[in-house]
Amino acid sequence: MDQGNLKFTKTHEWVGVEGEIATMGITDFAVNQLTDLVYIELPEVGSNCEAGKVFGEVESVKAVSDLYSPVSGEITEANTALVDDQSPLSDDPFGTGWITKVKMSNPAELDLFMNADDYRKFCESEAH
Amino acid sequence: MPYLFNTPEQQQEMLQAIGVDSVEALFATIPSELRLNRQLNIPPALTEMELQTHVSNLAEKNVGPSSRVCMLGGGAYDHFIPAAVDEIARRGEFYTAYTPYQAEASQGSLQTFFEFQSLICRLTGMDVSNASLYEGGTCVSEAAFMAMRVTKRHNRIVLLGSMHPEYRQVVESYLNHLNCEVIVVPSVNGCVDPADVDKAMNDQTACLVIQHPNFFGTLEEAEQLTEIAHKYGALSVVSYDPISLGLLNRPGDYGADIAIAEGQSLGTPLQFGGPYLGLFSCSKKFVRRMPGRLIGQTVDRNGKSCFVLNLQAREQHIRRDKATSNICSNQGLIAIRATVYLSLLGKQGIREVAELSCRKAHYAAEQLSQIEGISLLFNDRPFFKEFVLSCSEGPDYLLRKARQAGFDLGPELSRFEFQTDSETYQTGVLVAITEQRTREEIDRLVMALKA
Amino acid sequence: MRNQLATELLFALSQPGRRGALFPDSDVPEKPLNELIPQSALAAKPTDLPEVTEPDVIRHFVNLSTLNMCVDTHFYPLGSCTMKYNPKRHERLAGLPGIVDLHPYQNPSDLQGMLELLYGMQEMLAEISGLPAVSLQPAAGAQGEFTALLTAKAYFESRGEKRTKVLFPNSAHGTNPASAALAGFDCVQLESSEEGLIDLDDLKSHLDDQTAVFMVTNPNTLGLFEKDIKQIAQMVHDAGGLVYIDGANMNAILGYTRPGDFGGDMMHFNVHKTFTGPHGAGGPGAGPIAVRDFLADFLPGPVIKRTETDSTENQFVLEDPPKSIGRIRTFYGNIGILVRGYCYLRTLGAEGLKAVSENAVLNANYLKVILKDVLPVPNGDLCMHEFVASASKIKSENGITAMDIAKRLLDFGFHAPTVYFPLVVTEAIMVEPTETESKETLDAFAETIRKILKEDPEFLREAPHSTDISRPDEVIAARNPILQCCEPQ
Repeated sequence: MDQGNLKFTKTHEWVGVEGEIATMGITDFAVNQLTDLVYIELPEVGSNCEAGKVFGEVESVKAVSDLYSPVSGEITEANTALVDDQSPLSDDPFGTGWITKVKMSNPAELDLFMNADDYRKFCESEAH
Repeated sequence: MPYLFNTPEQQQEMLQAIGVDSVEALFATIPSELRLNRQLNIPPALTEMELQTHVSNLAEKNVGPSSRVCMLGGGAYDHFIPAAVDEIARRGEFYTAYTPYQAEASQGSLQTFFEFQSLICRLTGMDVSNASLYEGGTCVSEAAFMAMRVTKRHNRIVLLGSMHPEYRQVVESYLNHLNCEVIVVPSVNGCVDPADVDKAMNDQTACLVIQHPNFFGTLEEAEQLTEIAHKYGALSVVSYDPISLGLLNRPGDYGADIAIAEGQSLGTPLQFGGPYLGLFSCSKKFVRRMPGRLIGQTVDRNGKSCFVLNLQAREQHIRRDKATSNICSNQGLIAIRATVYLSLLGKQGIREVAELSCRKAHYAAEQLSQIEGISLLFNDRPFFKEFVLSCSEGPDYLLRKARQAGFDLGPELSRFEFQTDSETYQTGVLVAITEQRTREEIDRLVMALKA
Repeated sequence: MRNQLATELLFALSQPGRRGALFPDSDVPEKPLNELIPQSALAAKPTDLPEVTEPDVIRHFVNLSTLNMCVDTHFYPLGSCTMKYNPKRHERLAGLPGIVDLHPYQNPSDLQGMLELLYGMQEMLAEISGLPAVSLQPAAGAQGEFTALLTAKAYFESRGEKRTKVLFPNSAHGTNPASAALAGFDCVQLESSEEGLIDLDDLKSHLDDQTAVFMVTNPNTLGLFEKDIKQIAQMVHDAGGLVYIDGANMNAILGYTRPGDFGGDMMHFNVHKTFTGPHGAGGPGAGPIAVRDFLADFLPGPVIKRTETDSTENQFVLEDPPKSIGRIRTFYGNIGILVRGYCYLRTLGAEGLKAVSENAVLNANYLKVILKDVLPVPNGDLCMHEFVASASKIKSENGITAMDIAKRLLDFGFHAPTVYFPLVVTEAIMVEPTETESKETLDAFAETIRKILKEDPEFLREAPHSTDISRPDEVIAARNPILQCCEPQ
């Protein structure tokens, strides 16, 4: 996905929107912080997620990080290929490394997030 | 001073290097008003000879199984311990090592724990085992917490009332102060009616905890109860007696999700209740929700097969308040004892110990219950190596009479609270028979009680 | 050399029909098993344990044991772990008949010697901590923390207070937040000051009527005594909270100062650290707690009491405190470890204990000073029983990391220090020499570090070079966990 069209959270998730469906993933910055990823836990398709609440987790050798859902809605798809091979998360985080697709129940939630430029600035400030 | 090295001259040299003039000065950061300006009031130092006399004198004030036949049970058993278990556990390379964080300096411990995990998996039929928890009681609370994480049901668990009452008390201490209901299904005649369990379960229950054989030694309908748990989407947690698995169905065979146990029977002396060994195994799909250390196989930079602490990101030293448990120190050396014990026993040995205990227990139950005034409290229930006697003269009379003849029975059920209407429980005395007991001992006890 | 054949996986050594232990034939009348146990409960096939002989078992595990480094063989300066010498007399005495073979449900009148010993242990721990009420039950330090937090919770509830927060500094052991979360508290992590101590302003800003307990390790994990501890305790007490002292570092202050004297309300001892338990390749430990008198009634049951009776038969009894939080484990505690701790305290006496701390602190300061030009210590001037150096300068100069130094030390016959903890120091190297090491050992260790720092960084990156294995791949291990050898992967 073109990063210019994405929205970003302070917890380093990204969201891309097509119609009422939001695609979510984690950013390259987050993946670099975690180093070698070894595991991902995905939500069940058909379950509901809630903005700001945990919907899954990623694990590296040195850390487990919760994944916070940027938006509320129903999970319509989960990228199950990641369960066996987490490399797309680091190799192509905004493309084949997508994590879930959600049918949004409250698209207004998107207004809270950063655009790509602001997110880069936010990351720079976090890195220091 | 024992165990100290530095001579006064060396101490001076060291102080000089540091740039202070006295050892006292090294403690300058402790404000003077916080100092203890007197000597600690503890007993004076003893030499090794004096200490040995002192501790031996204390030991002699106790009456142990060496002078009395131990038929005590209730979660701690007098099984035989082969000498090779002590030999390995007394190796300084094991007992003076730390947790194997530094893999290159700890392959001995790591491989041993990996083998421990493997042995426990074979024993239980479960997919994965951790490298130990504290003991049987805290295993139940850890299993309950894990079931809550897995099922995302945080407010309700169901226990069988036939579980060890101390295990139940531990779970209550761990959970009662949280917003979690601990439902206890009372036992009737020494075991629990699956229909009562079915009524107690609902779709908000995280797990059903079954002890099989239960505290009274009686067999529960473990398979049927596991099915009931699954019907409600709850996990089935089975607390087993490791020796019993030489004979009985393995928890993994009948679908248990988490299998836990007190592992003391596997080569650890009674030592007044601890340290013992918490055994914790589960289905592979829950491995990342498990408490405790896990050892995994991998390769080193040269491609050589080796072992490391694995999935540490679940643990407290990394995940802190979100860890799967607060456990850090575990029971490593006791797990090593169990590893050696199970290795020595092997396929045949574990069956023989189980069978001998079971056969002798049944002989004892049969003989003892023929004595006038003594009966089996839960007459018609199948049991493994432990059963409950009831005495018309009361439990104290029975215990006293046995003690006078050189036998320790118990514990008496009146020590504990059971959630049951039956007052007859208060009359019961547990009797545990291991492979170490002989027909001669059992007959002697029968004679003494008849007299 | 490692015996390759004997150290194959145990399961690879198995041959059908081999036996490692034989048992006598049954001496009771034979009956078909399914008359004793219903057929449906009996296993259809035997448990598939390996079949090996006793000599197989001995050679296997003795060979494996030699792949370990341990206190008996090596200097083991693992920070925060107090890897001191484990006296051999403890093993003998803890194994005496009358100690090692007692069943927890024996009649108390048959246990008077054991109860007397444990009562003596309670009394000594109360005196050393300056806190009068002791529970010997917790199995390890982490369970001690949890138990004390439940005790505090019950105390607050008895006063009609519902306090929800536990505070701890960012240098705390991971068990502190993990125990607090387990006990149902909200965790609040505080920043450390520039000096590596508790930041009083940050503490103050988080103290309120929701504060239940402030947990602090003193000396802290940087090896520094929290010099403002009295004031800190006062601040917590003024907010109505309690102060918990994580006793992991008691080895530094024995006989010098006591948690009860510097404001602590509750603490745990790590008997396996301070009182040389031993560590047992990961456990068992023992984590008895000591608390102030007003918390005594809430301790888990049972505790050991001395009665006023003249009868020696029932002088010592097991009793549940009146408002007890209940049981936190089965039976009475990790008695075998407590017996070893008791033997240690009785061997040293008051003077000996003080000498332990003096020499632990002397050794740490000496090692710190002779290493400071190559491994600077960011915080503090004098340390207590351990210090945390940083390899970040060397790392920026030539790329040598704390991990490289740790791994290379193994080649020279030194166990590695703790690295990358506490998190507040970058490239942390945490060294705790303990008192049971000589100046010669410390000199040799320092010289080795100097030698290592002059080596080729590339060469260090692949260290260790002389151990049986080197740098296991943790990523492979975690991606596809192989946690037992019996299941087809």
